[in-house]
Amino acid sequence: MTVQPLLELKDVHTHIGAYHILHGINLSVPASAVTMLLGRNGAGKTTTLRTIMGLWRATQGQVCLDGTPIGGPGTRTSPPDMARMGMAYVPENMGIFGDLSVKENILLAARMARNAAQLDTARLEWIFGFFPALKKFWLHPAGKLSGGQKQMLAMARAIIEPRRLLLVDEPSKGLAPAIIQNMIDAFIELKQSSTTILLVEQNFNFARRVGDFAAIMDNGQVVHAGAMPELAEDEALQTRLLGLSLGSHQ
Amino acid sequence: MSTLDIEAPLPRARADLMPALLVLALAAIALPLVGSFSTWVTLTFAGLAMGMIIFIVASGMTLVFGLMDVLNFGHGLFIAIGAYMAATVLGSMADWTQSGSLWTNLAAVLPAMIVGMLVAGAVGLAFERVIVRPVYGQHLKQILITMGGMIIGEEIIKMMWGPQAITLPLPESLRGAFLLGDAAIEKYRVVALAVGLIVLGGMLWVLNRTKLGLLIRAGVEDREMVESLGYRIRHLFVGVFVAGSMLAGLGGVLWGMYQQSIVPQLGAQVNVLIFIVIMIGGLGSTVGCLIGALLVGLMANYTGFLMPKAALFSNIALMVAILLWRPQGVYPVTNR
Repeated sequence: MTVQPLLELKDVHTHIGAYHILHGINLSVPASAVTMLLGRNGAGKTTTLRTIMGLWRATQGQVCLDGTPIGGPGTRTSPPDMARMGMAYVPENMGIFGDLSVKENILLAARMARNAAQLDTARLEWIFGFFPALKKFWLHPAGKLSGGQKQMLAMARAIIEPRRLLLVDEPSKGLAPAIIQNMIDAFIELKQSSTTILLVEQNFNFARRVGDFAAIMDNGQVVHAGAMPELAEDEALQTRLLGLSLGSHQ
Repeated sequence: MSTLDIEAPLPRARADLMPALLVLALAAIALPLVGSFSTWVTLTFAGLAMGMIIFIVASGMTLVFGLMDVLNFGHGLFIAIGAYMAATVLGSMADWTQSGSLWTNLAAVLPAMIVGMLVAGAVGLAFERVIVRPVYGQHLKQILITMGGMIIGEEIIKMMWGPQAITLPLPESLRGAFLLGDAAIEKYRVVALAVGLIVLGGMLWVLNRTKLGLLIRAGVEDREMVESLGYRIRHLFVGVFVAGSMLAGLGGVLWGMYQQSIVPQLGAQVNVLIFIVIMIGGLGSTVGCLIGALLVGLMANYTGFLMPKAALFSNIALMVAILLWRPQGVYPVTNR
């Protein structure tokens, strides 16, 4: 399957202070598909997402969106620019504004809406279909939500407006099985509506069910990239690159 | 975890009224110590008026710290600028301030407030661009350079108005007091309290009812996430810095008229109170800032009457006691 990449990382290096975290990442993220970024803890997955979003600067190499350089030396693109180009980021810590209500969190993410009355109600109902807890706790302070409910809110915030590219760090973390299924359904519907998705995930079963493509990272580099079904069927490859097999996560 | 998580009721969100009750408790404790009810009413009203003025000057600074972690020790300069602008404007409108008509007097005070706010805001804009921006994220340098900025500002004030104290007489109809039984309520303090309440109402409306306010509150919690949602926090910060400077200018006008005498060091003197207030309130918290300001205003007036030599110490002791109770202030901002 050949799909045009929406996002490309070419020999991307990232330093955080004195630490050299990414050692020349090469990654192609196909458009309108779900790409899973896998790897052991400390492999550089979160750093890769943050570098793409512009939260950390690539010190070498290039990040390109639709062929246009948006990150790396010589570019001046900041996180707000990335968001305005249609990217949404869900960090591992979810980035929920705890003093704000669920409604206010959603309203902030909907840049076009000046107040709650201007929110796209059809899209909101679509989101509530996946994450009903958000409707129930619409006016409650987000800081009082459980971990799983915060994760739902973080996802809802990322998709309250149509985006070109979703960057999500560990979406299944802390979620109940029923909500994980809803999350998978949401990703599939988003993909069908031409949204490109790059997910960092530790839950291999989740990854297999959602992903079209997989890239495995180790020590700040992509050491394998290919179709997810190939990885899912190759237990030797899983064991060699991830130290685990999908079979053990059934 | 199961699907129960969806239906799990949230912990009941109980309003935390303890800090507000603290204000009432302080007033209640002071009553038997003061002895006379009418004197207590006078002191309480004076304390509330002073608290509202301190709130006006401190509210901008707490948001500036909350949004960008900027420790602006030069905030007092904007207060001094406001006070000197008031002296200049009211001095040039002596006919209006000496008139016996309340409306004519207020018509002189209003331009003084507007000029004080505009000049303080303009100086704040330059201060942010030239002094604060190069030291983002560097607390020690922020402290040193903003203090340096305030010293330079003070010297410029001395060059323009002289080093000696300048009297700032109240307009004719704002002098004196209303009598409520045996309690005297100074007229000017009613005006100061009213202006403070208007500013508080406006600020709470912006923070709670507008998207700009949402952005400010969100930015105080997690500025990186606000940026990731597509908003330029730097622009927001500059706006809040200038608005905070304008509020400090307005507070300076009110403070100058409250003291009726101003000196170039006025900003540095008030700075101490501001830092006490924002530490009591919780860095970045507007409602906490209000509670802190009211506590400081009341404490200053009660101890000023009961033990004048312990006035400043009493506020520091109050801050220490509150930080022992709630180390992040009475209303800590989530995620900080």
